[in-house]
Amino acid sequence: MWLDFLHRAGGLAGFAWAFVRRCLRRPREGRELFRQMDEAGVKSLILVLVTGLSIGVVLSMQSRGTLARFGAEMVLPTMLALSVIKEIGPVLTSLVLAGRLGAGMAAELGSMRVTEQIDAMEVAALKPFHFLVITRVAACMVMFPVLTICCDIVALAGGYLETVLATGMDYRLFIDNAFSGLRISDLVVSTGKTSIFGFIVGIVSCYLGYTVRGGTADVGRAAMQAVVLSSLLILVANVMIVRLTLLIPGVD
Amino acid sequence: MVTNEESAPRPPPQNILIRLQDIHKAFGTRSVLRGVSLDVERGTSVVVMGGSGTGKSVLIKHVVRLMRPDSGVVWVGGRRLDRMSEKELDALRLGIGYLFQGGALFDSMTVAQNMDFILRRHTSLDWRARAESIKEALAWVELGDKAGQFPAELSGGQRKRAALARSIILGPDILLCDEPTTGLDPAAVRTVSSLIKRLREERGVTAVTITHDLLCADIIADSACFLHGGNVIASGRLARLRNNPHPALRNFFGT
Repeated sequence: MWLDFLHRAGGLAGFAWAFVRRCLRRPREGRELFRQMDEAGVKSLILVLVTGLSIGVVLSMQSRGTLARFGAEMVLPTMLALSVIKEIGPVLTSLVLAGRLGAGMAAELGSMRVTEQIDAMEVAALKPFHFLVITRVAACMVMFPVLTICCDIVALAGGYLETVLATGMDYRLFIDNAFSGLRISDLVVSTGKTSIFGFIVGIVSCYLGYTVRGGTADVGRAAMQAVVLSSLLILVANVMIVRLTLLIPGVD
Repeated sequence: MVTNEESAPRPPPQNILIRLQDIHKAFGTRSVLRGVSLDVERGTSVVVMGGSGTGKSVLIKHVVRLMRPDSGVVWVGGRRLDRMSEKELDALRLGIGYLFQGGALFDSMTVAQNMDFILRRHTSLDWRARAESIKEALAWVELGDKAGQFPAELSGGQRKRAALARSIILGPDILLCDEPTTGLDPAAVRTVSSLIKRLREERGVTAVTITHDLLCADIIADSACFLHGGNVIASGRLARLRNNPHPALRNFFGT
């Protein structure tokens, strides 16, 4: 079992290295990259927006009572913005996208592998690694931050709506409070790290799909493993990234 | 077609387009090919026969480096595959058509898009010329009216013919067919086999076909070889194989 784990881990590392080596080489697959960005971005937007709205509303409802007990209800917008933008927005968006995209990518590439479509591309010198892998991973790296920003905005809007309905707080006061504790570096680092999460989801899912051996049962297994492994690696990477960014001056 | 018993990697003579020399291939502890040697003469149609799991598909995949041998040398067009750069290998592959067992058509594209994908990448033809090439290739396999259909909408025989049209869209010198008639009814077997035969007769394409379909082999084979136990145990004219007294061959041909 350990041998198999090490073999798979080594395979994944080699696959990631192949991505790094080949991503700037020809052929450039601009059209396919845009198609994948549309697939990863536009078609995931509704899911991300609903997630964001839910986060904002629930966080606002849950926190008000506790803060009110300490007479700190006015810091609710600050707390909401800090927690959504610095942690909850990026991590939850990435986890939701890992479920939506990871399974899809692994299943699609896996079924292409077992039906020999990837071999057919290889034999026709169509560079399947470029066409199928690099475009998908790059699309994830670009679209994860974009979708995270959308999620953050909707979460804050949801929190604001809930606050207005509950307390009638003026929107100027809400916005002033919300952004008083935030720095641009918080936004850049927190949103930027989702590009790494996008890389994780893309590379793990493509690796598991691209290397499927066997039949349809293996394709299903690859799809499930893509979601589980991507989610786990996102959570582990998040801890490491937060730890590292705390070492950067001006970020806390 | 002759089997080659020599083990030293020497370039084949001009008339030999494909040479597989002492190929060994194992998957884990399971040895599939144990020193297979095979020469394919330019402009001929060779059929590789054998029971299931004898490594026929594994063998043919070595010709386009979809698999690499554990030991042994593959020559195509007088050049060693293991010494080719990626660019050289791509150039070589453009001269080889490969018909996969299941067709391997890209299922998210229509039949025409399957072919256009290859033409767009590898030629400088404008859309009009590409459309003309696609129309011509589809007409040749008698699927002129299926250009806009997706692979899932085609029957098994139509899918094979569409895959054949895709594999010859760039006008290859070599055609490799992996079980081109598996799962087809006799009428469809005759149609697909006749198309492969016509490719050799009309365009001089050198064909290597993996099959255990005797009807298909009868139609297309100039010569044949029989794989058993990881080795070529008989080769020559199909009639010679039929009369071979080896138990595996007698069992295969039912003689």
